[in-house]
Amino acid sequence: MSDVALSATPSSWRTMAGRLLRDPTTLAGVILCTIVVAGALLAPWLAPRDPLEQNILDRLAGPGSDYLLGADQFGRDVLSRLLWGARVSLLVSFLSIAGAVVVGGAIGMISGYVGGRFDLFTMQVMDVLLSFPSLILGMIMVALLGSSVTNLVIAIALTAIAPFARIARAPVLVLRERAFIEAGRALGFSHLRILLVHVLPNIVTDLLVMGTLWMATAVRTEASLSFIGLGVKPPTPTWGGMMRDGFENILDQAWLCIWPGLAILVLVLGLNLVGDGLCDVTDPKADAQ
Amino acid sequence: MTASGALLEVRDLAKHFVVTKGFPRPVTTTVRAVDGVSFAVTRGEAFGLVGESGCGKSTAARAVLRLIEPDAGKVRFADIDVATAEGSTLQRLRRRMQIIFQDPYSSLNPRRTIGQALTEPLGVHGLARGRAARDRAIALLEEVGLPPSAYDRRPHEFSGGQRQRVGIARALSVEPELIVADEPVSALDVSVQAQVLLLLKDLQARRGLTFVFVSHDLGVIRWFCARVAVMYLGRIVEDGPVARVFGAPRHPYSRMLRDASPIPDPGIRGQLPRIVGEIPSAANPPAGCHFHPRCPRASDVCRTVYPQWRADGHGGVACHHPED
Amino acid sequence: MIGFIVRRLLASIPTLLAVLTLVFLLVRVVPGDPAIAILGDRATPETLAALRAELGLDRWIGAQYVEFLGHALRGDLGTSMVTHRAVWTEIGAALPHTIVLTLAAMAIGCLIGIPAGIWAALNRNGPIDVLTRLLSLLGLSFPVFVSGIFLLIVFALHLHLFPVIGNPRPGDWIDGLHKLVLPAITLGIVMAAYVVRVTRSSMLQVLGEDYIRTARAKGVPRRAIIWRHGLSNALIPVVTVVGLYVGILIGNSVLTEIVFNRPGLGKVIVSALTQRDYTMLQGMMVIYCFLIVVVNLITDISYGFIDPRVKQ
Repeated sequence: MSDVALSATPSSWRTMAGRLLRDPTTLAGVILCTIVVAGALLAPWLAPRDPLEQNILDRLAGPGSDYLLGADQFGRDVLSRLLWGARVSLLVSFLSIAGAVVVGGAIGMISGYVGGRFDLFTMQVMDVLLSFPSLILGMIMVALLGSSVTNLVIAIALTAIAPFARIARAPVLVLRERAFIEAGRALGFSHLRILLVHVLPNIVTDLLVMGTLWMATAVRTEASLSFIGLGVKPPTPTWGGMMRDGFENILDQAWLCIWPGLAILVLVLGLNLVGDGLCDVTDPKADAQ
Repeated sequence: MTASGALLEVRDLAKHFVVTKGFPRPVTTTVRAVDGVSFAVTRGEAFGLVGESGCGKSTAARAVLRLIEPDAGKVRFADIDVATAEGSTLQRLRRRMQIIFQDPYSSLNPRRTIGQALTEPLGVHGLARGRAARDRAIALLEEVGLPPSAYDRRPHEFSGGQRQRVGIARALSVEPELIVADEPVSALDVSVQAQVLLLLKDLQARRGLTFVFVSHDLGVIRWFCARVAVMYLGRIVEDGPVARVFGAPRHPYSRMLRDASPIPDPGIRGQLPRIVGEIPSAANPPAGCHFHPRCPRASDVCRTVYPQWRADGHGGVACHHPED
Repeated sequence: MIGFIVRRLLASIPTLLAVLTLVFLLVRVVPGDPAIAILGDRATPETLAALRAELGLDRWIGAQYVEFLGHALRGDLGTSMVTHRAVWTEIGAALPHTIVLTLAAMAIGCLIGIPAGIWAALNRNGPIDVLTRLLSLLGLSFPVFVSGIFLLIVFALHLHLFPVIGNPRPGDWIDGLHKLVLPAITLGIVMAAYVVRVTRSSMLQVLGEDYIRTARAKGVPRRAIIWRHGLSNALIPVVTVVGLYVGILIGNSVLTEIVFNRPGLGKVIVSALTQRDYTMLQGMMVIYCFLIVVVNLITDISYGFIDPRVKQ
């Protein structure tokens, strides 16, 4: 019987962080993410112009001294819109995945712990949810609820709940068989105490790692939805929306597509690199770098 | 009706597991893990429950503690009905009956320190908090032979034997009167087994503990227990004082067990045991006496009728042809 | 074997029913009245009532549900609220294009991904391995429409190798193939990235198993080890991933069809969404989910062929 903890203990988080930062690819990911976060946070000071300010005379200007990355079809500065658009991407992806982790994780944890018919039923429901292609589900939810930041967050969160329920449930099934859970019952601990104090800490790390990877997916989904026209309503700048505008003008000014595309790529790649690094560091059986 | 001085009384305890499998016509199998088990343990006594794997002894022990819900039977602890206890009654009962597990590697939460493991039950039952809890925990550590520095360490820093000591300390933290020990030394190296057993014996004397000692190892039972019950396929086939059951076993299965675990003494010339067959599945026990397919003394009545329990003051046996 | 297939088929029925119910509920949970959405400015109390009656919205929800189920199970998905043609016809016209695209993407994904994954596993931690892992991570990180647009910019706009508009001329299958290349590659890249990772890790795991070591100790040539013993076992999780990923592929095909202006389910669903064509949306969701249930079924069954342990 394995005596290895199901996931890392707090005292080893510092060592984990150290190992994380020493791996070059993970470090690159951290840097990429930091750049985007910094850009979003510092947007009010870094952006050379108001992202909503239109200058029709300068429409579709190329990258140059006036507009560092060019101007879109309404003469708005691409760089400023990029910086402010980062806020939307980060906010939506973070909130939606945080929600999915909490709700999905709770469902999975409780379902796995209780077992029996309840577990069977819950997992059937989760399987049904999983059988919807997540992008389609997101699209339909947004179309039905209307496109606002809140609804976007809810729609994307819904697509991620079922996977997190599965992710939270699997370790609980293993944990349930461990004697220390039974010991807790014998000592008179309530189910609630066992769940919160003994079960939850063992799945938290798994959830956080998958949460990071799923944030990457959430960013992609939000951008895709904005591209289709179902994202946050204009004129609020979003990267997907900028690509949509650029796509309409692709024959005139291809740069309009390239900048936001690169921005999306940078953020998603960064999150994936960090998530992968976290995976390697926390999984004792992963093949060592 | 309590026998004089009996702390724990178990009567006709039963636990079944029902499995339904198969498609399109599902087949239901009932595994009678514990099928009518009765025994009594007096205060301060070490009572053994012995048998091979799958005989139901661990299930019975857990059912007594209500870690598994019994399907039938009565369990009385100090005149309190365990099977129907609820809420705060059950909570108080939990303090008085504790369990030590077989696997020292999974019985402790790897993410919690030893100190947390020991002080948590104190907090839950309102026995001590903060500084007082810490002092009590350290006292417990000393009692089981571990240094106070263990308080801040985690289980993976300790050996199997040491972890088992921690498990014992944790069980003692709520000051129980009865301890169910479920194969407490089976997973330990032989040299360590002796240490832990000595510790348990010592604790029994010092704290006046009562033990239900579950094991498949006759040598350990012989050393630790005063009385023993032999289980086969969910039922007790013989019980009585240890010296009698192992010295002059009356049930052929007890004899088979005894003979299979020889006493290292060149002076004794023993017969080689005749061991026939394997334990049948508990889902489909043989008709009549469960042991008859392997029994050298089986006769026709053994194949059709389950033998009545014959008590004789010190114990009893369920056999049509007990040896005298 | 037949019993296994039958069991699997029967097990997917409750899922299908649950999916249909969910679709029904989702579309009706919408805030707002579809009749108003359709009529817009022309809405008067009489026309609203008439439209609602025509759409069956004025009946008790239970009756609507039963009718919906009955129709759906018979294959009748209703009539589009906008084009007034049967939903089936609209979908039927678009579906083949999407299927062709999805299959092409799967083919590209596996043709690139599996050999790359094996190669990476055999050269573990070597330069090939590191490069493959980085490239696959890159492939995963590109949202489909971004990679599609980038490919479009490079290969269609600058190099003029492929057309920008993707509508294949009917009957001309060479033209169809020509217009399939960029979209299929776009989708195929992401698929390949997934397949590479799974193949690599699965291959690594299998190569470390005892029975491989035994084969080597018996002197079986390296090539035979890889092909006969290693590959067939390593492919099992790959089948799972391919099956799992088809759902994502179908979703992504929507984006690809928009970027490359190809006919297919993508266009249908986007116009249904923007025009609030609820019957169409309903029908589309049923089709999507049905497709996925079918794919899962096929995956499960092919499991039964590949892994004899599964059949029990």
